[in-house]
Amino acid sequence: MHAIVDAFVLAVKLIFTGDAEVYSITARTLAISGSSTIIGALLFVPLGCLIYFNNFWGKRALISIIQTCYSVPTVFIGLLVFLVFSRSGPLGFFGILFTPQVMVIGQVVLISAIVTGLTISGLSGVSPAIRETATSLGASRLQSVWLVVKEARFAVLTAVLVGFGRAISEVGLALMVGGNIRGYTRVLTTAISLETGQGEIALALALGFILISLALIVTVLANRFLMTKEVNIAQSRASVS
Amino acid sequence: MKKILVLLMVVAALLSLVTVLAGCSNSVAPMNPEARLTVATTTSLYDTGLWSYLEPKFEKQYNVKLNIISVGSGEAFVLGKTGDVDALAVHDKPNELKFIAGNYSSARVPWAYNHFLIIGPPSDPAGIKGMSPEDAFKKLMAEGNVSGSQVMFVSRGDNSGTQSKEKQIWAAAGYQYPEVEKSGSWYIEAGAGMGQTLMMANQKQAYTLTDIGTFVTYKSKLNLVPLVDQGDILLNVYSVMVVNSTKNKAMADNLVTFLTSPEIQDLIGKYGVADYGMQLFTPCAGQNY
Repeated sequence: MHAIVDAFVLAVKLIFTGDAEVYSITARTLAISGSSTIIGALLFVPLGCLIYFNNFWGKRALISIIQTCYSVPTVFIGLLVFLVFSRSGPLGFFGILFTPQVMVIGQVVLISAIVTGLTISGLSGVSPAIRETATSLGASRLQSVWLVVKEARFAVLTAVLVGFGRAISEVGLALMVGGNIRGYTRVLTTAISLETGQGEIALALALGFILISLALIVTVLANRFLMTKEVNIAQSRASVS
Repeated sequence: MKKILVLLMVVAALLSLVTVLAGCSNSVAPMNPEARLTVATTTSLYDTGLWSYLEPKFEKQYNVKLNIISVGSGEAFVLGKTGDVDALAVHDKPNELKFIAGNYSSARVPWAYNHFLIIGPPSDPAGIKGMSPEDAFKKLMAEGNVSGSQVMFVSRGDNSGTQSKEKQIWAAAGYQYPEVEKSGSWYIEAGAGMGQTLMMANQKQAYTLTDIGTFVTYKSKLNLVPLVDQGDILLNVYSVMVVNSTKNKAMADNLVTFLTSPEIQDLIGKYGVADYGMQLFTPCAGQNY
């Protein structure tokens, strides 16, 4: 109990005294996981839409496969990315193993299934009547698709946030392809793993608190952003009528 | 329509991949391989804090970023073979010689040594205090296999230099390593670095083999004491090796020059003395170990 209280005090101290090492690890974590989430969202939300709005042979099987991939272990993806980007691997000529870049690539791969799959689920939640009505009122295919996506925006944002959560909280991949290099590829999770192994429990716990706070802040901000939009839309509707 | 969308998707995917590989590297961090030297190092050197101490000095002197990847010596050799690191700092002479024989490196350059210790709980339930390392291992095996025994041994279990040494001691004590691994629940393979293995041995109040440097650094966090510290087999020599396939040969050679330079050798000898009251590493550049 004593140790946990100590750790909590140290965590607060580290956060508010602006410990340079802790801050740089935190900033790096946000930069890496933020980049992978943005790239992941740009790639896989459209992919999810593409799958949802098109009918093709094997669609259900594909969706099942995507959903199965939600739980692919991060260390397995770490191993694959390691093999591909190792100098002896097919993309080894890039020479980017043990860099932040390869961590971003790994995290994009990691969140691909969950962002695609949850986007599809989100779109499925929108009543088909909306699209049918829009089409009957003369909306083009793209317009009607856009309408459905807009209706599903909360679900799509959730997909992206879940992706971010998976990216920022994973440790296996970051350790294997990033190498936990101080000042370069060390992120919060790998630092926690290292400090625990070195018996610096208080520091590890402090970094853990920061990690949780980050995830909370990002989620709250994203939700607020959406709520504001919601209010704006409601107001504009009110003023029109 | 569909085809155009698919095409657009593929283009977007490729574009973002290229951005990650090349573009964002300029804004996030420099990717010029010449400006970075990547070294795989044994966890014992990292966990003692020696690298954190030497790293800024090297970076300043040669105007380069030093990337230290802390792994067991076994993994370090693998990263050397695949060409993913430029140099190795390891302590496993038999495997270093194999690495050279495989033409992955031209030379091993010893630059510091210290000793291994067998440590264990202060009560020493197996009664190995003061024995030779070989006899101590025999005694541990015998006592560990008694049912209801308090005697446990935590092995690194990660093919590191320390585990390589452990295997050498088992062999010298007359055991085949596979039979040691199968000998029972008293023998625990951690699969972890030196510091983490010490923490685990402490939690379990078990015996373990450790280099003296990491042990002294962790001593204040441990309720374990040195029990066996005498024996030629306990010598622990650290060498640096330049990987033949490196694209950074000149800078990797600089690391060898740096570690063996009189000034740095002096600093290595003094490292930790003020904090721990004893020498952690004995510099040995130019000597034949």
